[in-house]
Amino acid sequence: MPPRTLYEKIWDAHLVVEAQPALIYIDRHLIHEGTSPQAFAGLKAAGRKVRRPDLTFAVMDHSVPTKNRHLPILDSNAAAQFEALARNCRETGVRLFDMHSRNQGIVHIIGPELGLTQPGQTIVCGDSHTSTHGAFGTLAFGIGTSEVEHVLATQCLQQFKSKTLLVRVEGKRRRGVTAKDVILAIIGKIGVAGGTGHVIEYGGEAIRALSMEGRMTVCNMSIEAGARAGMVAPDETTFTYLEGRPFVPRGKDFQIAVDYWKSLGSDPEAKYDRVVELNAAEVAPQVTWGTNPGMVTDVTGRVPVPASFADPVDRQAAERALEYMGLKPGTRIMDIPLDRVFIGSCTNSRIEDLRAAARVVAGKKVARTLKQALVVPGSMQVKAQAEKEGLDKVFLDAGFEWRDAGCSMCIAMNDDVLPAGERCASTSNRNFEGRQGKGGRTHLVSPLMAAAAALEGHFVDIRQWRVDGGE
Amino acid sequence: MQPFSQHTGLVVPLDRVNVDTDQMVPKQFCKLLTREGYGRMLFYDWRYQDGEVPNPDFVLNWPRYQGASILLGRANLGCGSSREHAAWATHDYGFRVVIAPSFADIYYNNCFKNGILPVTLPGPQVDELFRRTEQNQGYRLTVDLPSQTITDEQGLRLTFTIDPFRKDALLKGLDEIGLSLQDGERISGYEKKHQPQAILYDPSGVDFTADVTQ
Repeated sequence: MPPRTLYEKIWDAHLVVEAQPALIYIDRHLIHEGTSPQAFAGLKAAGRKVRRPDLTFAVMDHSVPTKNRHLPILDSNAAAQFEALARNCRETGVRLFDMHSRNQGIVHIIGPELGLTQPGQTIVCGDSHTSTHGAFGTLAFGIGTSEVEHVLATQCLQQFKSKTLLVRVEGKRRRGVTAKDVILAIIGKIGVAGGTGHVIEYGGEAIRALSMEGRMTVCNMSIEAGARAGMVAPDETTFTYLEGRPFVPRGKDFQIAVDYWKSLGSDPEAKYDRVVELNAAEVAPQVTWGTNPGMVTDVTGRVPVPASFADPVDRQAAERALEYMGLKPGTRIMDIPLDRVFIGSCTNSRIEDLRAAARVVAGKKVARTLKQALVVPGSMQVKAQAEKEGLDKVFLDAGFEWRDAGCSMCIAMNDDVLPAGERCASTSNRNFEGRQGKGGRTHLVSPLMAAAAALEGHFVDIRQWRVDGGE
Repeated sequence: MQPFSQHTGLVVPLDRVNVDTDQMVPKQFCKLLTREGYGRMLFYDWRYQDGEVPNPDFVLNWPRYQGASILLGRANLGCGSSREHAAWATHDYGFRVVIAPSFADIYYNNCFKNGILPVTLPGPQVDELFRRTEQNQGYRLTVDLPSQTITDEQGLRLTFTIDPFRKDALLKGLDEIGLSLQDGERISGYEKKHQPQAILYDPSGVDFTADVTQ
């Protein structure tokens, strides 16, 4: 057999019908209230059944309130979605983590946390940040609702094989530079469509050195570079993270699984369609200035001058972005004043993110000029762990709000909305127009940067602060 | 699925790069339970001022583009969120064809599932279509899927490529789920030999009793 990449090995292992497109088997199907009701309705209308309810897992995350969950849901549309998901799960035997479950959380946080996500699997979800699970050496990607219906009915998907892109990150990150800065720098380099049609494999010293939390942050934003999936080969870091998690094999079975997982890494001679290289030592803390994640620069940099873009289409896009963002060309990034700070989302709301942010804010106070500083743990398990460590008190004492788990102000489908014209430092993944609220202005940053910016009221070069990194 | 073979219609030019699906259908409309009725929401925040008053500056609202059924866009159209609402809205507004130099993967895929033909053309050809659309009021194109051609009334003739399976599925309006279900035995066969220990493992330490409150 010729040398194969991680992606090709998983692809080959899941071929049910080899054709163009192929029919591939799906090991885990994650669903949530936002993109599944139409799929269940379609299934019912066609008289079809859920083929493998045991491989399908549901959670409420997109529209859930992050406080006062014991009160009735006033948003009638959201309430209808929650009811539809509960009813669909009850009728079809799908396991549901509803908003009162101690295992509830953002779908891409709870999959790994429960050990549902394992190396070598195929995982899909009607959510583009499904790429997160690729951190485990998993082929995981977001799908549309018609495809959700297809997987419910067949546990398979018709797929065209993707091209492969190796992003090799060598060197060591500087203190204060996180996984979020690495992935933002990658997107800045290859562009928001740089990975379109490709599956990205992240490799190199700097990726190997990342914790699972850091790898998840990197893989999470693969879609922001246009790639539906991003992956990291499983290694000891992966196995250590997984051992003992609820759905992970135990005892002798775990060893059998690990032996298989070890065989998944790309063969040394494997060929990629493209290779991109980056030196982690040269990456500075990143801040986005525009309305897509590729519009990003170093914290020590300035808002660009649109005329500096060679391509007229890019120039026009930069002009539009600066107008929306209310920024003047040439402004120093560190001089941009903030209204709110949001620490959360499937990109950066894991325990390690909260620990890193807490180290920055411990014993200090949120700037008086800030209207709100919000911490939304990625799952109720993360929340419980953080409270066990006293992080909730650290945040509350500093003037942050401490909430229940959900997508929250990353997508603003609940009450956590960024008001029009206000500016937010956010650890989330999308700075699109209106993403956090109509007219809201989003700057994507790491949890370290968000925490420091909350204290100062503007962006700062965290490298000068002498706090321990975290991922 | 609604089949697609040939379509002639008015073209509207959306001269913006990296148009994301958050713009196509903002999040507040992703809380509905149906696949229908999203046409009104398409490009909502760009298209309307407060109180859903049409924004006269937005190209879809210009009188000359009323009734458009072919959307001409720029690179990386439909990037971001996987929400199929974007494709539902595209179709429900009345678009049958979307033309761009490149598409984001998920939106491209979702178009086919909803009877919309997404056509990828080289950048210079898209530039030329923008020029013609903006210069000629009532500019129309005919998009023919069997011959994979785009023509206008001035003699322009462009060809495009498309995967043969997708072409066939669109021409026949195939039910993909039905097709895959015909492979039911092969799916069962695969399930029998696929490493079961990696697929299913009884959870330990998870208390599910508190999970469902309804």
